[in-house]
Amino acid sequence: MQAQTSLKFAAATALATILGLGAAQAQDLKFGAVGPKTGPLASGAAVTHFPNFQLWVKQVNDRGGLKLKSGQRKIVLIENDDRSQPPEAIKIVERLASVDKVDFILPAYSTGINLATAPIYAKYNYPQIAQAMVTDQGAELVKRYPNLFVFQAPTSAFAQGAVDVLKKMKDAGQIGDKVAMVNIADAFGIELANAGRDRLAKAGFKVVYDRSYPLGTQDLSPVMKAAKAAGPDAFVAWSYPPDTFALMEQAKIEALNVKAYYSAVATGFQGFYGKYGQLAENVLGAGGIQDSPEIRNYYKVHKEVTGVDADYWGSPLYYALLQTIEQAIEGVGAMDLPAITAHMKKNTYKTIIGDVDIRNQILSKVWTVGQWQNGFYHAVAGEGFSNYKPIIPKTNW
Amino acid sequence: MDIIIIGMLLGGTYALMAMGLQLQYGVARIMNLANGEMLIAGAFGTFWFYTASSQASPLWSLIGIVPLAFAANWIIYMVLILPLVKRAKNQGQLEVDSILATFGLSFILVGLLLAIVGGEYLTYSYLARPILIFNEPYGLNRVVAFIASAILCIGLYFWLQKTRPGLALRAVSVNPSAASLVSINVAQASAMAFAIGGAVTAAGGTILSMFLTFDASLGVIFTLKALVIVVMGGVADIRGAIVASFILGLTETAVARLIDPGLTLASAYLLFMIVLLVRPEGLFGRRSS
Repeated sequence: MQAQTSLKFAAATALATILGLGAAQAQDLKFGAVGPKTGPLASGAAVTHFPNFQLWVKQVNDRGGLKLKSGQRKIVLIENDDRSQPPEAIKIVERLASVDKVDFILPAYSTGINLATAPIYAKYNYPQIAQAMVTDQGAELVKRYPNLFVFQAPTSAFAQGAVDVLKKMKDAGQIGDKVAMVNIADAFGIELANAGRDRLAKAGFKVVYDRSYPLGTQDLSPVMKAAKAAGPDAFVAWSYPPDTFALMEQAKIEALNVKAYYSAVATGFQGFYGKYGQLAENVLGAGGIQDSPEIRNYYKVHKEVTGVDADYWGSPLYYALLQTIEQAIEGVGAMDLPAITAHMKKNTYKTIIGDVDIRNQILSKVWTVGQWQNGFYHAVAGEGFSNYKPIIPKTNW
Repeated sequence: MDIIIIGMLLGGTYALMAMGLQLQYGVARIMNLANGEMLIAGAFGTFWFYTASSQASPLWSLIGIVPLAFAANWIIYMVLILPLVKRAKNQGQLEVDSILATFGLSFILVGLLLAIVGGEYLTYSYLARPILIFNEPYGLNRVVAFIASAILCIGLYFWLQKTRPGLALRAVSVNPSAASLVSINVAQASAMAFAIGGAVTAAGGTILSMFLTFDASLGVIFTLKALVIVVMGGVADIRGAIVASFILGLTETAVARLIDPGLTLASAYLLFMIVLLVRPEGLFGRRSS
């Protein structure tokens, strides 16, 4: 029965794809997209992943399409749901490459799935410009996969950024040396907590509370009570969206009045500021963006076209990577995949986040820590940039 | 002291998750694996109400959500579950069939929720103020949730114990075939129990949405927790689920505070295993003779 069902499903999907393509003009370029529309990763992808693809494709088509030597070609986007599962994503990328024979495959979503699909992108020579991939193994991975580009900071850079910010505040006499640190008990949280722990010790901090909590914890008040009892000067949480929100609420209820409050993922979501408003002011978190008219315009247009508020971490980077792809393709002037990869290894590109340099297959400059200041999540730390927005100590809740 | 209060508050939260499933499984004998999705649907309804009404108290949304959930679950029972009940030769077969059917239903509901509200996280802030109990701050929204859950538990308990429809439900839960002999419409009573269970679950979602962040695919987490509580409490008695909720809440909080927050899940399942080993019929269950 299982086989029969999946056969039916495959047939239905194939049919849907054919119908979808049938509507497109024969000379249109086919861009394959893979990502989670269902499953645990869907909520992140609904903000950062798919809307950027849709926005970019619309803008390119409104301009008349990608400029190739053979003339302008419009893009048809083929979106596929990997159900948050790596095996499913592998099948989809394989199918996009071998059956649909698409002209380009956009990157997958999440560290695990980008890693899992990397061999398939490599096998068919598609450039894989992965943004939603946080890993410390970037340098080794790009050696193994010559077509892989890491459009994101490594894991340890996020820990380093947070510690840099705290150190700056400590040196300025704004906070003391006691830090409470909590993390979600999965690969992401544990890796960051380990990296953070060492770096905090090196920077002369004392970690007075250091605990993990399991995924899906419904009540974080015991954690916050204990953290407060430890009397910290700064609070750091390597957290995911549901707990980022819950920790903030508990911190306010417990009146955890620290001058530096950091929570990792989702702090840079507009929903975070939308929910907490003034309370979110001067809260620190992962990501961050340098303010510019182009960026402001990007947020405005993103909302208008997709109806979704872009976030302040992955979203602009995603758009920048699409601009990079666009310029590389137009630079080559043909859908010649190895030539496009080679182009990216030789050139830099102008995007909404400034000059993008991925010549070493790893994004050279990246922001790692953001802080809410007057409703904008400014970059206050990072790697490769020379100036950042000054950090403001948080006032009491 | 604060361990006991936090534990009680968490227990109240768990009771809200499990009460609906308890009614559906205990009386209607349907192990509803789509329970968590119903909870999320309630939470989404409240979120929508809260944003649309420019931040009126989310509790008002109960007026609309409870009857809607009741009706929806009634229809689900009539369309999806009743044919299974009719063709089931015995209790075991019905349980297996209903688990499979509601497992499928949970995917349909997730799909519907995704189609309607999208995959984003939905969260709002309501009553996120500290309230002092014995000079210790606690979240006011959690205290309100606890009170609502207490009212719901006591109300349901008395309704089941003291009223005629409640008596009929209990009779069905004890022995469906004997109940039909004393002119109880078993199908009607089961549909009633299933619909009330669904309404209670959705109401739980409304209340929990005041302090939890939801997305469309989180339902399974709540289903699992409710399942553990219902099985631990014993299938046939609503008091079992209430007591189990509080035991779980207190244990998890004590472990989080005294040992390590990382071990809360482990402690919950350890407790679950101990209960299953020592009293397989659950805390308040009847031993099958």
